[in-house]
Amino acid sequence: MTTAQLEVQQVHGPSALGGGWKRFFRLTWLVAKTDFKLTYFGSVLGYLWSLVQPLLFFGVLYLMFSVVLQLGKTTPDFPVLLLMNIVLFNYFQQATGGSIPSVVQRENLVRKMHFPRLVIPIATVLTATFNLLLNFIVVVAFMLAYGVHPRPTWLLLPVILLLLFAFASGVAMLLSALYVRYRDVAPIWGVISQTLFYASPVFILIEQIQVRAPGVVRYYLFNPIAAILQQARHWMVGVAPVPSPSPGGPRFVGFGPAAYMGGHVWLLVPAGILVFVFVLGFRVFSAKAPLIAEEL
Amino acid sequence: MQSGQFGIRVRGLEKSFRIPSHRVHTLKERALHPLRRTSHYQLDALRGIDFDVLQGEFFGIVGRNGSGKSTLLKCLAGIYQPDAGTMHVAGRLSPFIELGVGFNPDLPARDNVMINAVMMGLSPRDARGRFDEIIAFAELERFVDQKLKNYSSGMQVRLAFSVMVHTDPDVLLIDEVLAVGDAAFQQKCIDVFYRLRGEGKTIVLVTHAMGMVEQFCHRAMMISGGHIIKIGDPAEVARSYLSENFRSVDTDTREHTAAEEVRIVDAWVSDAQGQRVDSVQFGDGMRLHVVLEALGPIREPGIALWVTNEDRVRVFSAGAREDGGSLSDLEAGERVEFSVETENRLSSGRYHVGCTLVRGSAGLEVLLYTDRAADFVSYGMELHGLVGVDYVTNLERGPSKDPVR
Repeated sequence: MTTAQLEVQQVHGPSALGGGWKRFFRLTWLVAKTDFKLTYFGSVLGYLWSLVQPLLFFGVLYLMFSVVLQLGKTTPDFPVLLLMNIVLFNYFQQATGGSIPSVVQRENLVRKMHFPRLVIPIATVLTATFNLLLNFIVVVAFMLAYGVHPRPTWLLLPVILLLLFAFASGVAMLLSALYVRYRDVAPIWGVISQTLFYASPVFILIEQIQVRAPGVVRYYLFNPIAAILQQARHWMVGVAPVPSPSPGGPRFVGFGPAAYMGGHVWLLVPAGILVFVFVLGFRVFSAKAPLIAEEL
Repeated sequence: MQSGQFGIRVRGLEKSFRIPSHRVHTLKERALHPLRRTSHYQLDALRGIDFDVLQGEFFGIVGRNGSGKSTLLKCLAGIYQPDAGTMHVAGRLSPFIELGVGFNPDLPARDNVMINAVMMGLSPRDARGRFDEIIAFAELERFVDQKLKNYSSGMQVRLAFSVMVHTDPDVLLIDEVLAVGDAAFQQKCIDVFYRLRGEGKTIVLVTHAMGMVEQFCHRAMMISGGHIIKIGDPAEVARSYLSENFRSVDTDTREHTAAEEVRIVDAWVSDAQGQRVDSVQFGDGMRLHVVLEALGPIREPGIALWVTNEDRVRVFSAGAREDGGSLSDLEAGERVEFSVETENRLSSGRYHVGCTLVRGSAGLEVLLYTDRAADFVSYGMELHGLVGVDYVTNLERGPSKDPVR
């Protein structure tokens, strides 16, 4: 009757990754790309607007801490560092905040089409990442203009971005799935991300914490964002060697967050938290994915 | 799994929805009433559906609103997770569930087509390659760079339908597409249906248009209350659909004018043998009956029966006047049965039997009048007109008699 034998396959319900990885990546990329285009479609200055916010925020913080409070006086390259931290943290905040309502916003897609559900939150994070990449061009230009010398560790920047992307994705998966059922998730996350801002070394630098509360530094860096920002600072701008906490030993114990925490082993804690959030987010999203179309 | 001849195989499919009577949306509500279980009621949309659609078959699904057909389609399309049962599909399946599926109104046609095609499973390269074809089919060449929010709904449907057709599906699920779009595009869709049918694609069409079911489908299925009521011959399925539809309608809308002198005892339709029926096949004999009872004496009564179609157009009527005059007077309490025998020449559809009783030789005093004393369904012939009459065609041809200029 039919000439070609067609492959018989079972119809599965909707799922987080239904249709395979390839389809997932293609679709995520496409959706993120068009979303990015769309963001600045109707505006005259387009992409420039995405720069205005962090730059303005940077201006205020710089004026406040560097000029008025003279906080960054002792830190070399404080303005550069401040700008980079703001851009990085801003990314995390936008990626997570934007993805929480994403599934609900795309209701018409979810209810009418079969596609990997995970595309939606991840594409939102990816769109924010495109923004971040563009912003980082400005950050690097600013660094060079300020007189920071390029260093080989700049090439490690993708590692930083990947870690942030993974953490943001984990949070995005977890919260966007929960948001379908509980709309409180959005304001709660607003509070948490605000707290995270002050709990991360964006403008209050780690040296100041070391000076005032030396015992806290290790736990402070349990926060994955704090650890990532600290590592970014180490690789991109450079830090002074970390002074030894015990008076009898060598003057310096090394560089980077591991030195502050007292050994590389301790880095496993923020790394573990990051992995945990990612896996939890994925699991929760996968469990919720089949029913999202009905619960909306 | 052995690859058989079926295009779609569904076994024991069940799906129910838990619908909360009061939805808890915030944690605060939950915290304030921690012990209050939100009450749910369960809506069984599908209760054990088994059917096969063969490869290359054009399969119709009909059912009233809320019968479960859309839920079935959404399960097949992988949008809903069924509670039980299995579904297998041979080859690539393309669903077309609703108009403008997933189009983003702020994006121009190009981006929307890309996203839609990739969602349906094309690779971005293929989607780009077919873009011109898709736009040409939808006849939207002049509007490619317009945002979709500036499109009319008909244009959006054209675009969406065009994308679906161009994704090389082996199995198509189509839910009420032709409701939108102008006549020219509808014709185009119908051409596509014929083409796809000819190519041996499997097509499942959900529709309320019984004409389409009878015209296209090899087989059809009727669903009601989550069960399969009938599966098989499209004409028969269309007939059950029409009769189910009107059965539930007539209980509340059948109207009799309250007459003081006369009442309708009964009114019905029978076949040539006198058996009461709900539906009559085109070409078969049929009889319209009415039994009236006079509540008081009626002088020179006249009775008439007529048939109206769905559009309230009276198709024919037949009056009862003995010897061309009126009937003999009716006594109080006297019953009279009047029937009209004819051959069913009505186009497929629902019909109502109307009845009137008048007094006086001029017939000016109407004692009883109703447009819906009884209903029936005619089936088996979709005519381009109200009735099929006997006719002879004649065609003569030859050179023009006018002088050639």
